[in-house]
Amino acid sequence: MDKFIRLTATACPLDVANLNTDQLLPARFLKVPRSAGLATALLRDLRFDSDGRERPDFPLNRPAWRDARIIVGARNFGCGSSREAAVYALFDYGIRCVIAPSFGEIFAGNAVQNGLLTAVASDDEAAALVAMLGENPNRLVTVDLEQQMIQCGDRSFHFAIDPVRRTRLLNGWDNIALTGSYIDKIAAFRRADRARRPWAAPAKPE
Amino acid sequence: MSEPLTLFDKLWAAHEIVRRDDGEALLWVDRHYVHEGSFNAFSQIKARGARVAEPGLTFGVADHYVPTRGSRRVIDNPEIARMVRTLEENTAEHGITLFGLADPRQGIVHVVGPEQGLTLPGLLVVCGDSHTSTHGALGAYAFGIGASEVAHVLMTHTLWQRKPKRMRITVNGHLAAGIAAKDIVLTIIASIGADGATGHAVEFAGPAIRALSMEGRLTLCNMSIEAGARSGMVAPDETTFEYVKDRPYSPKGTAFEQAFEAWSALTTDDGAKFDREVELNAAAIAPIVTWGTSPQDALPIDASVPDPADEPDTARAKYLREALDYMGLMPGTKLTNIAIDRIFIGSCTNARIEDLRAAAAVLAGRVSKVPGLVSPGSSAVKRQAEEEGLDRTFRDAGLEWGESGCSMCVGINGDVVAPGERCASTTNRNFRGRQGPGARTHLMSPAMVAAAAVTGKLTDVRPLLSGRKV
Repeated sequence: MDKFIRLTATACPLDVANLNTDQLLPARFLKVPRSAGLATALLRDLRFDSDGRERPDFPLNRPAWRDARIIVGARNFGCGSSREAAVYALFDYGIRCVIAPSFGEIFAGNAVQNGLLTAVASDDEAAALVAMLGENPNRLVTVDLEQQMIQCGDRSFHFAIDPVRRTRLLNGWDNIALTGSYIDKIAAFRRADRARRPWAAPAKPE
Repeated sequence: MSEPLTLFDKLWAAHEIVRRDDGEALLWVDRHYVHEGSFNAFSQIKARGARVAEPGLTFGVADHYVPTRGSRRVIDNPEIARMVRTLEENTAEHGITLFGLADPRQGIVHVVGPEQGLTLPGLLVVCGDSHTSTHGALGAYAFGIGASEVAHVLMTHTLWQRKPKRMRITVNGHLAAGIAAKDIVLTIIASIGADGATGHAVEFAGPAIRALSMEGRLTLCNMSIEAGARSGMVAPDETTFEYVKDRPYSPKGTAFEQAFEAWSALTTDDGAKFDREVELNAAAIAPIVTWGTSPQDALPIDASVPDPADEPDTARAKYLREALDYMGLMPGTKLTNIAIDRIFIGSCTNARIEDLRAAAAVLAGRVSKVPGLVSPGSSAVKRQAEEEGLDRTFRDAGLEWGESGCSMCVGINGDVVAPGERCASTTNRNFRGRQGPGARTHLMSPAMVAAAAVTGKLTDVRPLLSGRKV
């Protein structure tokens, strides 16, 4: 997994509360294998009309924000379904960081598994960023994960992230490799648990 | 005296293998359900050359993509056929029991798990689906996970998690006649918001919850995620034990006696601390429907949709305008004046036998003014409904009696609501495009959907129940 340390890039505001994973990746694209890429499916029905034409007003279609690598969202970004493909679609499009006041829990967990930073800003800071980007869409935003700071123009502020997720992103660590070092502990737990809760295993159906 | 614990504290402690200094804990998984959508995770473990660690604790169910109308012998769409086939191949390769398309036990994973006795009180249950919170109704710790976590569970049967905060939602008093679990949960979501329980494991408690059947509790916990909570739960009691007993995979004989003893301790101790408490009065809960594009946009049926002009908060006013625009509704419209184009009764939220009975009680001897599909939650529910003659009631009303699967809740099997069409639905999400691009969804209880079918408009079901046995 790629490390995330520091990123300076254009940032696209998506000031929509409860922007759920059905919007980020409509369900009909869930059949697409990871290897095929999901960039064109990202926010499909908000970016394109039913004839496949771009909606020019949608922020990500505006010239200044087409190549954004950061999204500034609103409350409860990524709520809804557990589809990790919502994160794949963001990542494949080139997004590496979403800044928002809060995130859907499963989405935030999926993001860290793929090297996408979910930076939690206060409502006021997120709104201020959205306003600044509205005034000057070409303004660059810097997200520094080591310092946990976001900077835009002369404004800079601290953001929140779970410290474990921060460490994983900074190092590009993969959970499965990590769990490998706990194999003996898992086996011991399993043995003791079988004795403690014999009923927990599925019975053989008659 | 040891510190009083919550139900959730007890469930968590029983599954903690290690807790690191940084607060992350490695948890043991008791049940892992996979479905067609789990193909990304199987690809991940294949790429690592790994095997499934506990095939005996892993169960596959074909639900997300299976056809729910017409014959199921041949799937016409080759892409959808491939999704179902891939699940068959992946489960066969790893020795995982599959309730596949032709299996009599097939159904929606969150209906089948409890129905087969696979989900039990005290277990930790995961599945690559956000509505896994459903299984908490039995007093299990159950939550949805993403594809990378599915791969992690397949390979290790464990999961790294940080312990969530604890929240208790107490519903006092008793529900009035004609009010269902769906009305409770939509009222809760409307009250605390779509992110009102984010970061928390929710325990539902109080007399109104205790009085719910297992079906009702499953509906309640199912929609915990729509309030932001990854897991919701109800402490097991007599209702739970009666439900679990004698199911195909549930413990028998001595094992059941041991289980019963362990399950009886799964309650929140007096004086246990929650990080957040919310209380509701059941008597104040009316039949409720959603009008907008988030489950929090729910109002009692006698209300009118909001008018953005009356909203002082500009961001909120913008949200209301956009939601009303998508839903094709004029500000201030009375909910009971909203005409619908179709109905859907189905999904992991509301397609169990009790849900079908509630809808049939309203529809009996009446005709639906709009077309609609009834998709039972499992093949077993379908058989039982047919034994009870409920299928006849639906057919006689002019509705289609379908097969079991996720169907029109998520639309990925091809059963969608057409663009611009308005659907009264027993499902869980009224998101834009959820039931198909441009589809307009109103969420409500099965009885309320049946009432909407009878009148062709959003309707208070209560007058339609007068003189009927419910």
